[in-house]
Amino acid sequence: MAGVPIADGLFTWPSDEPRLIGGSCGRCGALSFPRRAGCPRCGASGPVEHLIGARGTLWTWTSQGFAPKEPFNGAIGEGGLGVPWYVGLVEIPGEIRVEALLTGVSEEDLRIGMPLRLVVVPWRTDDEGREVVTFAFAPDPDGQRSSETEEVGARA
Amino acid sequence: MPDVAIIGVGLHPFGRYPGKPALTMGAEAARLALADAGVAWTDVDFAVGGSYEVDQPDAVVAEIGLTGLPFTNVYNGCATAGSALALAKQQIELGEHRIGLVLGLDKHEGGAFTADPTSYAAPEWYGEMGLFLTTKFFGMKINRYMHDHGITQQTLARVAAKAYANGAINPQAFRRKALSEEEILASRMLNFPLTHYMFCTPDEGAAAVVVCDAAIAHRYTDTPVYLRSVATRTRRYGAFEVHGTSAAIEHVPAPTVDAAKAAYEAAGIGPEEVQIAQLQDTDAGNEVMHMAEVGLCADGEQNDLIAAGATTITGRIPVNTDGGLIANGEPVGASGLRQVHELVTQMRGRAGDRQMPTVPRVGVAQLYGAPGVAAVSILTR
Repeated sequence: MAGVPIADGLFTWPSDEPRLIGGSCGRCGALSFPRRAGCPRCGASGPVEHLIGARGTLWTWTSQGFAPKEPFNGAIGEGGLGVPWYVGLVEIPGEIRVEALLTGVSEEDLRIGMPLRLVVVPWRTDDEGREVVTFAFAPDPDGQRSSETEEVGARA
Repeated sequence: MPDVAIIGVGLHPFGRYPGKPALTMGAEAARLALADAGVAWTDVDFAVGGSYEVDQPDAVVAEIGLTGLPFTNVYNGCATAGSALALAKQQIELGEHRIGLVLGLDKHEGGAFTADPTSYAAPEWYGEMGLFLTTKFFGMKINRYMHDHGITQQTLARVAAKAYANGAINPQAFRRKALSEEEILASRMLNFPLTHYMFCTPDEGAAAVVVCDAAIAHRYTDTPVYLRSVATRTRRYGAFEVHGTSAAIEHVPAPTVDAAKAAYEAAGIGPEEVQIAQLQDTDAGNEVMHMAEVGLCADGEQNDLIAAGATTITGRIPVNTDGGLIANGEPVGASGLRQVHELVTQMRGRAGDRQMPTVPRVGVAQLYGAPGVAAVSILTR
């Protein structure tokens, strides 16, 4: 799939195995996504580029049952997003939790702790007719569930 | 250092007022608070105003009198009223002034708030992808909280039903129709597990508070309420917060926890002494989580407490006795002063049909909003 990324410096593209581009602080080692001018933990300037792992687990999620106001510009309906769609916070083990769209999921099969992998998906067609693509996470059939995600009832 | 007393409160009911400017509502709330205090506007030494939609709430002086007083405008998101109260309290404590007016006013369009994401330190693509939404964050936060602590969706419905029940007996509330838990659960799912009727809505209104050096409070009222402390905080690294593109795996508490701890310490009062709470119930899940964040219970105790009616008006620790944000809506600049208005009204025993059976002595008010700001105030009588 070709397509223009929704923003520069957000994920490696084009690529068969895209990765999110984060920042790593040279002073305290904290990771951030996206890469910012300063470290969110210690404030040091100039975090260096860090490619974030492409596999993780679902830390939490919600559904999106209405169209957000501007600046949202996704396509809803035929060939685009179905309402509701799903978003989540994905934990990349040992690195960071990333907020993202979830794709290829339904309310019935979403489970906190389920394995996910990074994918690049069509987002919209821009004014010049180009396909804009963005990142999302999809179920990862080869992945492992997070180890600490039993429901409270099961843990008690 | 002087103590600070609240000697008057005024509320322009929250709701929808087509064609009525926010400043007009603010002027009405200010007049009500001044009349309640028995203070002439010409005797007020200073004022603090807060609003999201109105750049300069001080313009209200055109309606209530051009006395030349110093009038400072503050804005701090949903915690605006906390910052306004804190500033007023500090000015009195410093001995700079003795009598002040704190005013909040706003007028929003319907539907979830939006803005330029870059103004909230979020990138443009975050807004384009539809992620720049507070309601979505609240859905994600309560979903994880339910997973970790066994909170049920029924508990969320009970919280919302209580809000509408309280609104139904509050003549000044926006939502005055009681709704059943079934109706709440059956309403449209906006951001799982939060349904339409579990959310508040941005609306319109104003609220005002007259504060003074406690040493002179008895000149004006027999029932002063003391503003013991106000603490405001922003999020720390590791907190899971609204408009965050990412979160650290290392975890620290939400800013409300930090603000509450500071407010209790400054007041010399512990959460076990609190008899009434006004919490930021942007949605039912937030009320549940904020109960624990301000120390009213441990994480996970909310199911049993709420099922037993502990947070109703006749319960052990009533929460949002005026219907909270869910039944009143949220004009951002005024919302926290509505909380104070209700605490003071209950503490004076003037809440009518919604009066707590035992007039409370200690109350807490808590605000939280984007992009991770919180304010907690402690009041006593």
